[in-house]
Amino acid sequence: MTREDVRQAVIDILGDIAPDEDLSSIKDDLTLREQMDLDSMDFLDIVMELRKRFNVEVPESDYQELISMASCIKYLQPLLKDHQLAS
Amino acid sequence: MKYDVIVIGSGLSGLAAGIRLAMFDKKVLIIEKHTVVGGLNSYYTRKNRTIDVGLHAMTNYSPKGARNTPLGKLLKQLRFSHDDFRLYEQETSEIRFPEKCLRFTNDFDLLKQEIREQFPDEIDGFMRLVKKIESFDELSLTADKWTSSKLVLGGYISDPVLIDMLFCPLMYYGNATERDMDFYQFVIMFKSIFMEGFAKPLGGMLYILNLLVDKFKSLGGELRMDAEVETINSKQGEFKSLNLVGGEELTASAVISSMGYVETLRQCDPSLMEGVTKGSEGQVSFMESLFALNREPKDLGYCRSIIFFCSDYRFRYEVPKNLIDISSGVLCCPNNFQYPKPLSEGMIRLTNLANFRLWDALPRREYINAKKEWRTKALENLFTLFPDFRDSVIFSDTFTPKTILKYTGHINGSVYGSPNKLKDGITPVRNLFICGTDQGFLGIVGATLSGISMANLHILQKKVAPNT
Repeated sequence: MTREDVRQAVIDILGDIAPDEDLSSIKDDLTLREQMDLDSMDFLDIVMELRKRFNVEVPESDYQELISMASCIKYLQPLLKDHQLAS
Repeated sequence: MKYDVIVIGSGLSGLAAGIRLAMFDKKVLIIEKHTVVGGLNSYYTRKNRTIDVGLHAMTNYSPKGARNTPLGKLLKQLRFSHDDFRLYEQETSEIRFPEKCLRFTNDFDLLKQEIREQFPDEIDGFMRLVKKIESFDELSLTADKWTSSKLVLGGYISDPVLIDMLFCPLMYYGNATERDMDFYQFVIMFKSIFMEGFAKPLGGMLYILNLLVDKFKSLGGELRMDAEVETINSKQGEFKSLNLVGGEELTASAVISSMGYVETLRQCDPSLMEGVTKGSEGQVSFMESLFALNREPKDLGYCRSIIFFCSDYRFRYEVPKNLIDISSGVLCCPNNFQYPKPLSEGMIRLTNLANFRLWDALPRREYINAKKEWRTKALENLFTLFPDFRDSVIFSDTFTPKTILKYTGHINGSVYGSPNKLKDGITPVRNLFICGTDQGFLGIVGATLSGISMANLHILQKKVAPNT
């Protein structure tokens, strides 16, 4: 997956978790929490969707890596490098 | 065949737990003893009318876009959009006592204003109480000591009438305890009714339940109707299997039961019942009558969405000494919600506290006569406060605590379950968990969140080895 693919994969997950949210305006450098009002239940869902879709395990000690889009991409890209973005 | 999880009961909590589990690829089976889904919030059909049971209104209404409210959490966890639920807000509701009346809507400011006008000496105390409520974490899953709401409220408000008036809707819509309320439950109900508010789904419970069942099945979940649990088998304190009435044995790694705490334990090893605290069986139940009308309730002078009334000077929330207590109740006019177009028929529903044991002791013929007799008494008392609508009734039906027991299996027909809630859902049997009414989140949104929370806490957040 390219950087852009990883970003899209995260956007897809966020779109599932928050169907009423406008995701086109997400800024990569701001925390997801302040832009989308995410709570701990949502972060759990992001982690579980990653497991379900890509078989990627995010241990609890790494949850803070998911704080912004930029940090998500940085953290996930090495883990997802062999994956294709499902069309 | 071994399931990852078996969920007992297809009420809102069971369906929600099932959806969460199926969403993350658990092999999940929901078993339901009845032939209709919904549990305490279900529906039935009489003379071509589909009638909701339990649902006057959905509490916890929050508008589209609010994501951290209970409704917002429910929608995102189950992957629904706000529009999917087709919710329409109430108009105005009220609490009517002999000399006082407080109106409220889904805008909390109206209630504050009403209290300021009618109880000017109490508004400061009320506002301090609201501050305490706002900062309270009522959704915590860790158990705390029982805290008397009457004592807490006494520290903020001195007029007993105002205290009773605040308790009346909160108790009627969700209190399993007689006379008082655990303070965290008070906070849940206060927020869900006064600060969030009422709405109704277009199409009623049938619509909402179908939505959940369809989602569950589309995720690969399995639902079996007419499947009643006979025994829950454990070995050395760990869940092993369960047997259905008829003998069939089902195995799973875990069970989430929405039957109720005592109701679940009595299907387990008999020694477990010895550990159940006395008084764990719910007592609070209701009689409800519904009246289909040949006109809109508004044409008869019924302009409110919901009315919580008390014709006595003091409000008593307890098992009545007679079959029902006619001195207080809840009146619901389903028509008086902001639907895009009027409902096909006018309806009024009337709910009163009822005594399960007295109803249960009546032989069949007397039972039927008693329903008519007490319905008439309840109406006569109602008409001392509100206009008489009897001439406009074209169909009526009444259900009692006995009906509730029959269709839900809840001991004593207790609508809000056990007074002792089990917030963490953990039972003495490993891998057997409780969700629903006895876990402690109430109402339609609460029950649904209960199923979600228990599935998350006990199954999804744990690393369960993949099914082999």
